[in-house]
Formats: sequence, structure tokens, C-alpha cells
Amino acid sequence: MTPVNETLASYSELFMLIASFIYLAAFLFFSWDIATASKAVKKLEAEIATERSKQLVGAGGPAMDQPNQSRQFVSDDMEYTDGVKRPAANIGVAIMLIATLAHGFAVIARGMAASRAPWGNLYEFMTSGALVISVVYLVFLLRKDLRFVGTFVSGVVLLMMMAATVGFPTPVGNVQPALQSWWLITHVSVAVIATGIFSLTFAMSVLQLIKQRAEKNHSVTGFMRLVPSSLALENWSYRLNAIAFVLWTFTLIAGSIWAEQAWGRYWNWDAKEVWTFVIWVIYAGYLHARATRGWTGTRSAWLNITGFLALVFNYTIVNVYFPSLHSYAGF
Amino acid sequence: MSTAQTTLPSLGFRGTLRFMWTQLTSMRTALMLLLLLAVAAVPGSLFPQRRAGADIVETWIEDNPTAGPIMDALGMFDVYSSPWFSAIYLLLMVSLVGCLWPRGRQHLKSLRQPPARTPRNLNRLPEYGQLVLEADGPTPDQALVDAEKILKKAGYRTELRDGSVGAERGYTREIGNILFHFGLLGVIVFMGLGGLYKYEGQKIIVEGEGFTNNLVSYDSFTPGTAFSEERLHPFAIQLEDFDVVFDRESETHFGQALDYTATMQVTPAPGAETYQDTIKVNDPLTIDGVRMFLVGNGYAPNITVTDGNGDVAYSGPVIAQIQDPNVNSSLVVLKVPDARPEQLGFVGLFLPTSYTGDDGVAISIDPDAYNPELILNSYYGDIGLDSGVPQNVYVLDTETMTELNSRNNDNGGITLGVGDTYELPDNMGTITFDSWDRYVGLDVHYDPSKWGVGFFATLALVALVISLYVRRRRAWVKASAKDGHTVIEYGLLARGETFGLRDENIKLRQTFDTTWPVIPPNTSEDS
Repeated sequence: MTPVNETLASYSELFMLIASFIYLAAFLFFSWDIATASKAVKKLEAEIATERSKQLVGAGGPAMDQPNQSRQFVSDDMEYTDGVKRPAANIGVAIMLIATLAHGFAVIARGMAASRAPWGNLYEFMTSGALVISVVYLVFLLRKDLRFVGTFVSGVVLLMMMAATVGFPTPVGNVQPALQSWWLITHVSVAVIATGIFSLTFAMSVLQLIKQRAEKNHSVTGFMRLVPSSLALENWSYRLNAIAFVLWTFTLIAGSIWAEQAWGRYWNWDAKEVWTFVIWVIYAGYLHARATRGWTGTRSAWLNITGFLALVFNYTIVNVYFPSLHSYAGF
Repeated sequence: MSTAQTTLPSLGFRGTLRFMWTQLTSMRTALMLLLLLAVAAVPGSLFPQRRAGADIVETWIEDNPTAGPIMDALGMFDVYSSPWFSAIYLLLMVSLVGCLWPRGRQHLKSLRQPPARTPRNLNRLPEYGQLVLEADGPTPDQALVDAEKILKKAGYRTELRDGSVGAERGYTREIGNILFHFGLLGVIVFMGLGGLYKYEGQKIIVEGEGFTNNLVSYDSFTPGTAFSEERLHPFAIQLEDFDVVFDRESETHFGQALDYTATMQVTPAPGAETYQDTIKVNDPLTIDGVRMFLVGNGYAPNITVTDGNGDVAYSGPVIAQIQDPNVNSSLVVLKVPDARPEQLGFVGLFLPTSYTGDDGVAISIDPDAYNPELILNSYYGDIGLDSGVPQNVYVLDTETMTELNSRNNDNGGITLGVGDTYELPDNMGTITFDSWDRYVGLDVHYDPSKWGVGFFATLALVALVISLYVRRRRAWVKASAKDGHTVIEYGLLARGETFGLRDENIKLRQTFDTTWPVIPPNTSEDS
């Protein structure tokens, strides 16, 4: 077994801390974006109005255009549009990228220091899990305008980093024999990617519910103007969840295979297995809800939210308090 | 069945049955059952389960005299074999079959049928396009042949009709959907079969000792419901050596176990040639489909006890249970029922690296055996093995015994290094710490149905991907002649999810544009 590289390990810890602070800055900028959304929208509307009145005046007609609440500033396909200027959100994205780079270095350094996959205990699982969430987010940002969930994503990542460094600090070391398996890499990494996507769609479903209510009351104002329509949010969270569900199914199967190799039985209703199954069933219900009359829209959004809450429960309460064969590993 | 019966009011009964069947196989019921299954699985993680450890359940019931029996009656301690949990998943299975069977038949039918007939107005479809070809372009009939070729290439099943082409694609989506659910059924069926034919057992083996695969050799054994003893594969194994590698480099994890290796002599069948193999964590030993897993280990001090009459009353290894895995201090319980005139009992600790601090208390300071010592109390009297009450080998009931040695009495405790002998007070005999070995705890599992479970689980995963990502589409192309030009109209319809329909339209349009001499549209009537 390769000895632990202590220098690299201490760099890793330092960069985890640095990354956390940068995430905090990103979170603040995204929050600033929400706070100023109302103003930005008004400004754009005023510009459009003057533009319009100029044209109309030029054409000799009366200026009767009024600020129109139903005007859409965002694409329902979440494409980038030249609508509202959102400097704060753009800075937030840029800072998020820097944080992710620092974070990525910290996680990789940790793995290299121990010469293994850097998710052998709860601290490592949370820090690398947070990294995956923020990478998944940045990858989606390349193609889709998901700035509207920036506050949520940077907030969750920040929370996970804080929980890891404050709640479960663990010095780097080799893992016990039970975790020395190829399945540690596949089973856990796929689970983490699925979790990253599920957390994105959770944010979308929450926004969907808020937006839906606003749409119903014709009171879509401020930041909500910059959020895609509730229908678009529903469609997109379904699409993303379809990917995450496949990954979660794989997690379940890979976990069973590993359990068979380590303990001799592929399924034993261990607390962690139970919750992985419960989450799988909830998201299966979510996917079916789309094909069930009366279950689309609000209800399926609530199902998605329930699924994510079960996921969080699984990674927190079940890990820490439930007796389980998985608990020695910290996840 | 007579005709009289069918015309009797049983129609109402059959009608009710049909109504219930329709309800059960409806999507909404399936969804409710699915969500109910998720809720029903939760209590099994909240409360101790008998399948994991019956003694924890009994303790729980004793600690909660009011709630305990009620919860027990509700099956909260056997959730996954309880009637209500079984009812939910059985109903779900029935609902699944009732839902899939007609869908499967319907799909088989549609596989044999040509693509849906061409709608009158293609411009009412969600994606529609129109193009006019140059006068020297292909005739309408020729254009339709081209269009059919293009659609075929795009994976459509096509039919050339009078004036139009009908095309449909994505039949595998429904096949994937049906196979996914079929795979889940397969998983459940094979899990059930596993309950019939599998067996599992536990065995502790000390270095140098062996194990033959028959019922009496096991420390504990759980057979499947259709198990019979001749199903046991007649192999034998012997633990030659058990090696532990400790971390000696790390400052923070010094002494952490990094690797366990059990070296085994394996005789796969009586009379067969013996070979050497190893068992590691995550790397079991497989003989004839029977898998042996390394799930525990510890120290087994070899102890010899002579009794008050001077006879050897016990000689052999004693399994010590690890209490503190950081330093491997282990609990030793030794019952010597053969000792005369008084039965003897010993309780204490095995310390692999013993160190006595200033307070006179010996502790272990390393998990490896650098300075092994036995720290024991002794008792004499009736061990109680004859009372008929089943006893735990790891607990000595001292109620009917008299304390002989202890830190708290004048005789003091017993401290033995390797090779030391201690003479018990009052001529009760002697105890000798001869040497020590390591032992391994093995789980033995045989479950041939796991291959079936694995196969159907994999099938379900593959089918799931197909059912979620294959897109079902219908497309039609019409061609007609107008003022000497060929006019092409086409439309796309999504069955189910509409994602990407627009992109498909654009792609189709581009193919048309490169195939035919299309007149650029001067009006933007379509996109």
C-alpha cells in the first residue's frame, strides 16, 4: 500500500477551505442577482417601451404600449437570450467556476494523497459530492441558461462543504479492506452524479410551484420574471430526472453486486438499501405520474420534492443515526 | 358452465369483478400502490428487524412493554415478510401484469400494421413544413420514392401510398417499456426462488482448524424453505494462516488494518486433490457455487486448564471477541464444565499488546500481538449448563458461582503472558496460556437464483434506457403537382414526449433541401 502523502493532504485541506470561501462569494452574487431582478426587468421594460414609442412616433401613431407582465424574458427551452442584463449572475457563474477549479484541485489532491478514489468516508463523500454537483451545474450552464438556480446550487454546495469540514473532518488515510473495491469507484460515483442531477431538478420543481401560483394569480414579478414558465420547468425536470433515474437504477444494481461480493447477499434490507429502494420507488412514481391523468403539474412536482427530501434524509439521518452495514463507511 | 348460470344475476358479479380488475390495472392504482410500497418499506429501517437480529427485537419489546407487542402484532419487526407488505407488492405485480399484457398484445398488433394513415391536413401537426421544387425537379411520384428512402434512412418504418408516404419510428420504446417491467417481475420471481433453494451459514475457524460442509459443522445455519441436507456441497477447507497488514506509515491512522488474507487449503470434494486458495474482504472463495466470505476475525488464545483433581479439564483455543477494534482488546469467556470437584469459569480480556499503566490497569495499546496477555477473573461452582436453559457461549452466568480470582478480592486477578501458568487458590487447579492463534469468521452463502436476479436486473436497466430515450415519432410526406412544380408537404407528430421534435423537423428539412432542387421560400410561412 502506498504511504499517504501528507504534504498533498494538507494542500487539499487548505484548498477545500479556499473553495468554500469562493463559493460563498458566488452565493452572494447569485443572491444579489435575485434581489436586483425586479429592477433589471423594469429597466429593460422601460427601454423596450421607449424604443417602441419611438418607432410608433416615427410611424405617426400614438404611444399606447404599457409595461406588459406577460412578456417573456426567458426562453422556455432555457436557451441564452439577449434579454435582461444580469451582471451579478454572470459574475456569480464566473466565481463559481473559479471555486470549482479550486475545489477540484482539493478533491484530486486528496485522492492522490491517499492513492485511491477520494470518497472513502463521510468527509470525502460530501466534498466530492459537492464537487460533482457544481460540475454538473457548470456543464449544464454551457448549453442552458440555468442561472436562475445559481443561488440554490451554490448554497447547497457551500452547505455541504461546511458540513464536511466542520461536522466530519477526517484526516486523510487508507481505507479499510471492506472499501478496497473497484465498486467503490463505480457505485459511489454514479450515485453522486445522480444526486447532483436530482438536486438540480428539486430546485426546478420548487420554482415550478412558486411560478405556477404566480402565473395563476397573474402576479409574476421580480425574479420570477427571469424564471422559465412552470410548464417548461416541469418538462425540463422530467427530462433530467429521466437521466438521473437511470443512474440511480444503476447505483442500486451496482450496489447489489458489490454487496454480493463483500457480504454474500445482494439484498438484505439494510437501512441504506431500504432508503435507496424507497428513493428509487418515489422517482419511479414520479416518472409514471407524467403518464397518469391528474398527476402532472403540481403533484408530480411534489413527488420530485419528496424524492429529494428522501435523498437528503438518506445521506444525513440514515448515515449518522441508523444502524447499517453502510455506516462504517460513512455513506 | 351452463347457459343458465351465465344469464343469471352473476352478470352483476362479473361486472363487479371486471370493474375491480379495471380499477386495479389502471395507471392511477399502479401509481398509488407504488407510492404505498415506498411508504411501507420505511418502517423496516426505523425499527429493528428479526431477520437482522432477533435478540435486538426482543430487547426492544421488553423496553417498550406497551408499544412493543402492538407493533409486533402489526408486523413492524418483520416488515418485509409481513402480510401487508407482501399484499402491496403482490397487488402491484398483478396490476403490472394486467397493465402490460394488453399493452404487449396491442403493440404486437401495431408492429404488424402499417404506419398510421395520412391525415388530411398536415399543417395541423405540431411540426409542419412545405416546399416547392424547381420545375425541372422530380415528379411527385419520384419525390415520394425519395422521401421514403430518406425516412427509412432516419430509422422510420415506411409505407408508400397514393400521393403520400406514411412513416413511424420508435417501436422499440414500447418494447423497452414492457421489457423493463418484465425484468422487474423476473427479479422478484428469482428472489422468491432464492428463498427456496439458498442456504447460508456462519462458521468460525481458528488457524490450523478445518471445516467440512455439513450441517453439524456450522455455528449457525439458515436454510431456504426447500432445502435438504444432500444439497450441501461436500467440500472441506482448512485455515492454514490468517495474515493482517496494519498501517505503520500514517500518523493519524496508525495501526489501522489495511488488509486481511486468509490462506486456505481447499478440498473441493471427498477424494479430490487439495489446493491452496485465499479469502480476502471483497474477494470470497468460491467452491461449486458456494461462496465463503471473510466477515470477521480475532484472536484465539490457546488455554489449558487442569482441575482440582489434577486432570486436564480443558485444552484448546478460546474464541475472544474483539471489544475495541482500534486496539483489539478482546473478551475471553471460558467455561470448564468438566472440571472436578468444582466446575470452573473464567472471564476477562485478551490484550494483544498489553501495557500496564501507573494505575495498575492493563490495557492494549496496539491491535497487533506484540505482547499478548490474558487478564482474567475466575469462578467456581455450578456453570448451569445442566439447567436446560440455552446459554450464550460468550456470557458466563456467575449467579450460582463463587468468585475465586478478581481485582476486587484478596486473591487478585490472573495475569498471564504466553507460557505462564497460574495456580488457582484453594487447590482448584491451574490455568496455562499456551499460545495464541488468529481466527476468522466466515459467512457461507449458496444462492443459485442470484444469476437470474442479476440477469433480469440488467435486462430491466437496458430496457429502461430504451424506454426513456427512444423517441416515438410519426411522419408523413405528401407530394402533389401545382403549376408544373412539385409541392412537398410534410408533418411530424410525437407520440409521448415531444422533446427534440423541432430539431428533427430542421434535420429532415435540411435533408430534403440537399436532395431536391428546392425553391427558396420568399415567405416565412414555416420555420
